[in-house]
Amino acid sequence: MTPEIIAQVLISGLLMGLIYALVAAGLSLIFGLMDVVNFAHGELLMLAMYATFVIFAATGLDPVLQLPIVALLLFGAGVAIYRGLIGRALGVQFNRGTVQIFVTFGLAIFIRGAAQFIWGGDFRSVSGAWLSNRSAEFAGVFIPLPQLAASAVCLLAFAGLLLVSRTEFGKALEATREDRDAVALIGIDRNHVFALGWGLGAGAVGIAGAMLITFYYVSPSVGANFAVIAYVTVALGGFGSMLGALVAGVIIGEVEAITALVLEPSLKQIGMFAVYLAVLMFRPRGLFGRL
Amino acid sequence: MRGNAITRRRRGELVVGAVLLVLLIALPLPIRDVYTQNLIITTILFAGLAQAWNILGGYCGQISLGHALYFGIGGYVSTLMFVNAGIPPSLGMFAGGLVGGLIALLVGWPCFRLSGHYYAIATVVVGEIGYLLFLNWEFVGAAMGVYVPFKGESFIDLQFRTTKLPFHYVVLGFAALTWIAAWLIEGSRWGYTWRAVKDDPVAARSLAVQVFPSKMAAAAVSGFFTGMGGAIYAQYVGYIDPDSVLSGQLSILIALPAVLGGVGTLWGPLLGAAVLIPVSELTRSYLGGGGRGIDLMIYGGLIVVVALARPAGLISLLGVRSQAGGADIPAKDADARAA
Amino acid sequence: MPALLEVANVSKSFGGVAANVDISFDVQPGEILGLIGPNGAGKTSLFNSISGEVTPDRGEIRLDGRRISGLGPVACARLGIARTFQVVRSFDSMTVLENVMVGAFSRTARAQDAMAQALDVLGFAGLTARADTLAHQLTPPEKRRLEVARALATRPRLLLLDEMLTGLTPTEAASGVQLIRDVRDRGITVIMVEHVMEVLLPLVDRAVVLNLGRVLMQGSPQQVVRDPDVIRAYLGDKYAA
Repeated sequence: MTPEIIAQVLISGLLMGLIYALVAAGLSLIFGLMDVVNFAHGELLMLAMYATFVIFAATGLDPVLQLPIVALLLFGAGVAIYRGLIGRALGVQFNRGTVQIFVTFGLAIFIRGAAQFIWGGDFRSVSGAWLSNRSAEFAGVFIPLPQLAASAVCLLAFAGLLLVSRTEFGKALEATREDRDAVALIGIDRNHVFALGWGLGAGAVGIAGAMLITFYYVSPSVGANFAVIAYVTVALGGFGSMLGALVAGVIIGEVEAITALVLEPSLKQIGMFAVYLAVLMFRPRGLFGRL
Repeated sequence: MRGNAITRRRRGELVVGAVLLVLLIALPLPIRDVYTQNLIITTILFAGLAQAWNILGGYCGQISLGHALYFGIGGYVSTLMFVNAGIPPSLGMFAGGLVGGLIALLVGWPCFRLSGHYYAIATVVVGEIGYLLFLNWEFVGAAMGVYVPFKGESFIDLQFRTTKLPFHYVVLGFAALTWIAAWLIEGSRWGYTWRAVKDDPVAARSLAVQVFPSKMAAAAVSGFFTGMGGAIYAQYVGYIDPDSVLSGQLSILIALPAVLGGVGTLWGPLLGAAVLIPVSELTRSYLGGGGRGIDLMIYGGLIVVVALARPAGLISLLGVRSQAGGADIPAKDADARAA
Repeated sequence: MPALLEVANVSKSFGGVAANVDISFDVQPGEILGLIGPNGAGKTSLFNSISGEVTPDRGEIRLDGRRISGLGPVACARLGIARTFQVVRSFDSMTVLENVMVGAFSRTARAQDAMAQALDVLGFAGLTARADTLAHQLTPPEKRRLEVARALATRPRLLLLDEMLTGLTPTEAASGVQLIRDVRDRGITVIMVEHVMEVLLPLVDRAVVLNLGRVLMQGSPQQVVRDPDVIRAYLGDKYAA
């Protein structure tokens, strides 16, 4: 266990953690707005990855350059999902909590089936991109450039989300989260805000996905894997907290990397699960949760 | 004392239940093809599992998305006892149930303080941990799982090879048992106090209902029956491994029929299983073969449509009294905190 | 006669805001005590301390001489304290009868007994006709009545009514008042928080007035109505003189 190996593990954990953070941020945003846990979040990530793959295969456009396109596509998907489904789920009178859990679950299964239908079950990745298969070396530690770029982009996107929260729209988002019934009185169209919130949440995931595919395989089932990590990250950070998503993402990324090293790769998720449960015992609403 | 609506309804439920039981006893007799027999057995088994889930999720309002843990552990306990100690599964399934119930208590103890979504996700995580542990544990066969050795046809050993018919009656007995348990609970102090906890924990406490012990009791009963179901399943399939009995997908499959059928009702889980299991099996068989994913699209689409169109569950289509009034009204808890 | 309930120097703050400051008063068995004061005076907060929902920061609450503050809502309910809530908390997925049965189950484990007792209470509260209606389908005054019935099913010694008569029409309020009188006639002591003075003052035996978290004064309804401090608290300085 040389210092280089430890540094390697910690750095790769950090990089992955920042990506988890962005995925979680999108989920947290949606929840914070309207108490809806989007169980199709992992599938949205998967869609973003496929979208990037397809565009790359068709046009050769590098994933980094595709970011605005994929983000916009996913933004649209998020809005469409809200308007088509979630809006209706919120209008339901009974069992609202269970209904939206299972509506998004059904959606997840549907999207997974659709992905299988369109692209088959094979694993795909983008390997001809500008940064693919390149790494930087620093004091004996190898940092793969795709991962580095991905985490940098995710960090930027995170900052972007924070900036948005300071704009007019961001304030409307916050107000709607605080008291979704009262905002109608000050002229904020709740539906409008919710739809845009979904769009933002999905867009964030879109950015993460576009970067993820430069070093991770996509298949119809990849969504499920990331989904669990995303939920754990959000719950650990606290639903509704952006800061929580960031901190938790990094923690989860590091714990995963360390567990893979200390135990064995197939058990790497146990570490993060154990940490998650341990934290929840002391802080039932996550590290920074106020909902 | 006047025979009021409650007493009449409950008597009616027993009658309907008895009739249904008789029908289901007779149902498999004319059926010869194995595929259909299997479909019916699977449907009835999941009806029982959904009913067991409903005891915690429907009546007590704790939406567990990790119930496969108890199912799988029940299966492993019974199977390992059979393989290693020669204990017949007809006894082993009770042991499986007991362990299932114990694990449910163990999980519930820290998790019941979590609210709503935090609880649901915690159950997912616990389920995943269980899956990963069994996947890497040599004693239980790790990823290879455990084969159930065939020792000859017998009810004691719960093994039948020449025909599936006895299994039909075993799972029917199981489902009937869970139905009776649910019926008894509904009419008992537990049934009332659990539903009170689900609807409004603050008001429930003001009426001397202890929330935590209620949830623990519900968890124990639910875990017990789920574990028993797992033991029966292991004998039916003859083989057990983490992917088949501990997966997250299975957890959803256990919870789904109750939710779509009508959470917190007596008939909801049965109706949900009767619709969902055949649809999922049939779409997979006829449409899923080429790995085209159409079966998933239909299955997922069906879930979405039913959840939106009938939020109170399919049971509301029958005009049977469904759970009116949502259980999750976060505003109430907010009031309590602010008061 | 020893007091049924003693509130002794109770103080409670929430997040830096003092809701109750040094509150002391006694409640005699069999009396109807009014707890009044302008909005934000700390009435519901005090109720929450008495019913065990919250624990006072300082001071003590005793029932029959035995300390109950800090025991929690379940223990207080078992010891004979029942309450209604300012915003009605009915079990919406259950019928009226089932709601009341939940209360009855605090005293018996047998469903048959619980049902019999619940039906009895429903008769007393005038809700027999609605026994099989789902709680969320009741009219607001019926819902209030249901909460009272449900609380009564726990066979309390002390009943706390939180704004039970607010927002009712005069006819509805009159029948509510009658219900409260019937409750007292059954031997149950009542503390009621109320805003509607015209209804409250003729009903109660004594009143405790809270303002800004403290006890302003206590006395008979006639004394309260004429007290200059009370008038000032409610109507402002203009009317005090």
